Amino acid sequence: MKQEIIIAGFGGQGVLSMGKILAYSSLLEGKEVSWFPSYGPEQRGGTANVTVIVSDNRISSPILNTFDVAIILNQQSLNKFESKVKPGGILIYDGYGISKEPTRTDIFIYRINAMDTSIAMNAAKSFNMIILGGLLKVLPFVNIESIMQGLKNSLPERHHHMLPTNEAAIRKGMEIIEKI
Amino acid sequence: MEQDIKLLKGNEAVAEAAIRCGCDGYFGYPITPQSEIMETLMQLEPWKTTGMVVLQAESEVAAINMVYGGAGCGKRVMTSSSSPGMSLKQEGLSYMAGADLPGLVVSVMRGGPGLGTIQSSQADYFQTVKGGGHGDYKMITLAPASVQEMADFTVLGFELAFKYNIVSVVLADGIIGQMMEKVQLPPYQKRLTNDEIREKYPWATLGKPANRKPNVITSLELDSALMEQRNLNLQKKYKEIEKNEVRYEEIACEDAEYLLVAFGSSARICQKTVELAREKGIKLGLFRPITLFPFPTNEIYAYTNTVKAILTVELNAGQMVEDVRLAVNGTIPVEHYGRMGGIVPTAEEILEVTEKLIAK
Repeated sequence: MKQEIIIAGFGGQGVLSMGKILAYSSLLEGKEVSWFPSYGPEQRGGTANVTVIVSDNRISSPILNTFDVAIILNQQSLNKFESKVKPGGILIYDGYGISKEPTRTDIFIYRINAMDTSIAMNAAKSFNMIILGGLLKVLPFVNIESIMQGLKNSLPERHHHMLPTNEAAIRKGMEIIEKI
Repeated sequence: MEQDIKLLKGNEAVAEAAIRCGCDGYFGYPITPQSEIMETLMQLEPWKTTGMVVLQAESEVAAINMVYGGAGCGKRVMTSSSSPGMSLKQEGLSYMAGADLPGLVVSVMRGGPGLGTIQSSQADYFQTVKGGGHGDYKMITLAPASVQEMADFTVLGFELAFKYNIVSVVLADGIIGQMMEKVQLPPYQKRLTNDEIREKYPWATLGKPANRKPNVITSLELDSALMEQRNLNLQKKYKEIEKNEVRYEEIACEDAEYLLVAFGSSARICQKTVELAREKGIKLGLFRPITLFPFPTNEIYAYTNTVKAILTVELNAGQMVEDVRLAVNGTIPVEHYGRMGGIVPTAEEILEVTEKLIAK
């Protein structure tokens, strides 16, 4: 098993932390993982992205040109990464603010209205967990139990009361993702 | 041991490993892309547990001179920086070399020259391996290609530094510093007490007992004959290091007809290139120098009987390639491929260059 994933959006959307949770929970399942962020000025309001690789075997390059899965959270990132999905791969995008929909026909495309849903749930900070839920529905390569364990291990105890909200967000994401 | 397996950035792994291997002090000044080293140390507050000192100095120059002072007392002390900051530290490093002092420096390279860019680069190979400061000196240079090696080489760097009374440099780059991977942290070692230091390192300036002459630590020697002898002693030490401490990794080299030579993050990308090449039936291998000084000269030369050509891949305009050319000594062609300014080549791009080399 090997999944090469790019998550791309605006700085502040939780792109890097979502990637970290994905990598950490896969590590808990005994997988090899790598997490490589765009770092620097991107984080101050521009675009942010992270490459996460999860594999049964030793990972060679942490930096990739093409991906099995692209999780896209804004128009700029869609423009940049739609063409980088391997044929037969998966593109998941949040519909909010997208004016030019993806057009490829040789990949599987899913839409998830996570931004709208997170606002409706009054849980804007759970936006990235809704997206993560969508990914797990489409590609269940890591257990939700491991994700929750990963969250518990990495969050300071004072935030542990937020764990149920996060789990609810993940499950909501699993419900609302739709194939295009 | 289970809880010692963590998901960490390369920079964070350095901080964790430093505390665990009995480091006495860290002195630094922040600069991207290595600031997490000091940030992590400040968060972990080791002065409350192991007694390790963590200090943000007023500048890089101050930090390296604090390391010089701590090392003179036989303490396990370190600093870290990135390219522009490393330039500032060169005077201190030359002085430490001249005074035969051990120390650890973690250099996380970014693009230059000048302030350049905060993105990754390997353009400080010359600065580190050929001596960025003045005088005939060398530093043991370890080039990590993973987060695990960032932790391991922090420990190894200190061990070698005290084995040879030399400065060890962990020469990483922005990619290795910023990426997260699984890492098994080293076991805890106790910091040495002052009495243990006096016994192990009789040269240390930790206070003079009545029964011996004062220890003097200096790089100054105005008698030319004595100064030449100092230089000869240094060269003898470097020869011994060349004999004992060469480290490297070979990937898919057994039947290789063509060889990539790359270190650090470039070697990770080249590993992918080897996978892609092998899928196409091209017999490509990867030779990864782990120590850049001492350089695996003989080990690369050994391939000249079986390999048709070598391509070095570096995030610079061609620096390590000079040492590879010296190693093969004209027997087979050696070409260089590099990207600069923070641009990182893709594995596919390197394969294309390799195929062009093969077609020649």
